[in-house]
Amino acid sequence: MFQVFVDPQYNFIGRRRWAYLLSAVFILIGIGSIVAKGGLRYGIDFSGGTLIQIRFEQPVPVDKIRASLEHIKMGESVIQEFGDPREFILRLPLVETSAEAVTKQVQDALGQPGGPGKPEIRRVEFVGPQVGRDLQIQALYATLWSMLGILIYIAIRFDLKGGLASLAAIVHDVLVCLSAMSLTNREMSLPVLAALLTIIGYSVNDTIVAYDRMRENRGKGQRRGESFAVQINTAINQTLSRTILTALTVFFSTAVLYVFGGKVLEDLAFVLTIGVITGTYSTVYIAGALIVDWTQWVEGRARGKKITAKA
Amino acid sequence: MRRGLPIRIALVAVVILGSLLFLYPPGPVYHYLYGRPDGRPEASAPTGRGLLPRTLNLGLDLQGGIHLVLGVDLDKAIEAQVERAATALRSSLEKKGVSSRIQRRSTTELAVELASPQTWQAAQAAFNELAQFESKEADQAAGRVVLALRPREATTLKELAVRQALETIRNRVDQFGVAEPSIVQQGENRILVQLPGVQDPDRAKSLIGKTALLEFKLVVEGADIERALRDGPPEGTEVLYQRRVDKETRQETRTPHLVQKKALLSGADLATARVSIDQTTSEPYVSVELNPAGARAFAALTEANVGRRLGIILDGNVHSAPVIRERIPSGQAQITGGFTSEEATDLAIVLRAGALPAPVQVLEERTVGPSLGADSIRQGVVAILASTAVVALFMLVYYRLSGLIANVALMLNLLILLAVMAGFHATLTLPGIAGIALTVGMAVDTNILIFERIREELRSGKTVRVAIGAGFSRAFKTVVDTHVTVLVSGLILFQFGTGPVKGFAVSLMIGIAASLFTAVFFTRLLFDLIYLGPRRVESISI
Repeated sequence: MFQVFVDPQYNFIGRRRWAYLLSAVFILIGIGSIVAKGGLRYGIDFSGGTLIQIRFEQPVPVDKIRASLEHIKMGESVIQEFGDPREFILRLPLVETSAEAVTKQVQDALGQPGGPGKPEIRRVEFVGPQVGRDLQIQALYATLWSMLGILIYIAIRFDLKGGLASLAAIVHDVLVCLSAMSLTNREMSLPVLAALLTIIGYSVNDTIVAYDRMRENRGKGQRRGESFAVQINTAINQTLSRTILTALTVFFSTAVLYVFGGKVLEDLAFVLTIGVITGTYSTVYIAGALIVDWTQWVEGRARGKKITAKA
Repeated sequence: MRRGLPIRIALVAVVILGSLLFLYPPGPVYHYLYGRPDGRPEASAPTGRGLLPRTLNLGLDLQGGIHLVLGVDLDKAIEAQVERAATALRSSLEKKGVSSRIQRRSTTELAVELASPQTWQAAQAAFNELAQFESKEADQAAGRVVLALRPREATTLKELAVRQALETIRNRVDQFGVAEPSIVQQGENRILVQLPGVQDPDRAKSLIGKTALLEFKLVVEGADIERALRDGPPEGTEVLYQRRVDKETRQETRTPHLVQKKALLSGADLATARVSIDQTTSEPYVSVELNPAGARAFAALTEANVGRRLGIILDGNVHSAPVIRERIPSGQAQITGGFTSEEATDLAIVLRAGALPAPVQVLEERTVGPSLGADSIRQGVVAILASTAVVALFMLVYYRLSGLIANVALMLNLLILLAVMAGFHATLTLPGIAGIALTVGMAVDTNILIFERIREELRSGKTVRVAIGAGFSRAFKTVVDTHVTVLVSGLILFQFGTGPVKGFAVSLMIGIAASLFTAVFFTRLLFDLIYLGPRRVESISI
């Protein structure tokens, strides 16, 4: 039998303070990066604007494209190579004229003699400011609703404490994903939002598996007089191979998607990949660890009360 | 546990055959299932859909085309209605010999000022004719009143405007000739238009977005246009411009005309419109034919106004203002104005399809060229295949025979996923392909949960058959839990999503739901077939 973990006995919970520190440091760096870059970078889905994907016959240096666009006063546009030295994405700020008019202007400007040549227009996206604002608000609601939905489900299936601890893990995962996006200069777009929502639903899966096990063990553990921390640690160890293996197959899928899925899906695949990794980590170190700290805190307070009552 | 085995085998067989039927139906069945003839050339030719069966409905990001979200300017629709009411009120008051000033005060309100308060009673009758309005701020002594459109009427008008806009756009698209367009309302005032495979987005957009309100208005004779421009036009008239673009110099000239606000005829009186070519200049123009009532009105109008000029106005622009030479009984008119033949064709289409009740604005547009779509399909299919290969290899190495079983279940999962998408006419988009690739990794999760549980039961000393039974039943609750959470976020994403992203939620949800059947029910069936035979089972390959 091929097996990764044979009866693992790692002391996860005992080392949780280090994990808190690690998470805090990473998220702080991420938030620092987001703040330093003046907020999350929004793609045109959310910020509004025009995006044009073009392809030239030959590889073209970015400077040459920029020089051509200077002539039509669009030198400020964001110009990015897109997966191939012949292919580029142009992001233009919101303009009064129609997307077609702008596209034609760009195509003509690039096709001028001395320019990089007339490119093929592969994709044009225009999102008006109103739609962008609406999407921002809807995205926020969608994120909050899925978190709430999962909180409620876990609270009903297990208990409120478990629900809140899972929620904390989800928030952690989302923050880690956002941090990773900011650090790698990725844009918040609709596909990325889809990835985040998927992670919200998926990362809680391992947590459920561990909680389920803990509940199954509870009677046994209590008879042995084990502390809550030990019970959780045992449950995490017993389900460790499951947690790792399930995450691994999804990781395979998202990594393959990242490599082969093409440039359009790259950000989505990136966020999914980061989300799967942090989702696994947060099962152990956020959902599991927080519930231990919380239980100990509640027990400590109850004991404190008893002592005061006696005195 | 061999009980029910035939039924379970039959169920799996039905699912497999059904899925194959939906994905690869033979000719006649194809027509029955998908309501269109077999082998749509327009959808399958340019896209290079590769391995994807043609029963799958591809999104615009995969087959190329235009995705437009139009916002109907409902305030303008209301304003137009209120203006029409003002015109009606004006002539009704005139008939009663009441002179007055009527002005639109806001989107929904008309301020009426009677020249003399003595006419108050007579005016009331005219006000009452406007059932859609209610009077407020009535001041009998001053002869002033505000007529406000009732809120309920406003709501009805808005709904009507959106519905009418939708209908009109549908008509225009049909006449333009696009295969399988989709035109649906979205939210209160938005219309989503999806045109697969359209190559000229510019033309399609102007065709759809043009208000195309055709009006015939009399030009005010001997008007002092300079003064009208300086001090504002006299009541009941307005200044409209005639645009002319010189073909050589591309210089645009704008000539102002003072015309009566009241339209004597509009596009609603049209019977048909078509393109004709001027014999002498060989320039295309649009000839319109009025319906019988319109023709009668046109005859009367031309008879009464011989020698005056009639402005032919499209969307507030004067196209021409010919002098009426004589009574025109035929109900024929010409719209000229230096069109290209394409422009004339499109104008004829929009005039035939009717005017939009209000201007529309492009809020969102996504155009994907067919070459990008084909590239996306290729990359997407490669991603699905590679994802399947890596995951299947892993399962095979790690769980051996059981891994093989899980892999067969995975194939069935993909088959069901694609068949359900085809059967429900769901749209496969590029993010949807990502959803499928992701489903591959998630679907085997269920098998991992079950297999790990079986291994654990085996370690605790249970026999193979007991361990299998315990593994499946104990893991089941967890499996359901994990499915619910992914479905929750999938549903919310579906609810929220627009266009392509919705496709991600669709394929993910279908895949996850299908994995309940394949990874639990189907896998269990294979296990039972292998390990529940009459012979003793000593070991299990897991």
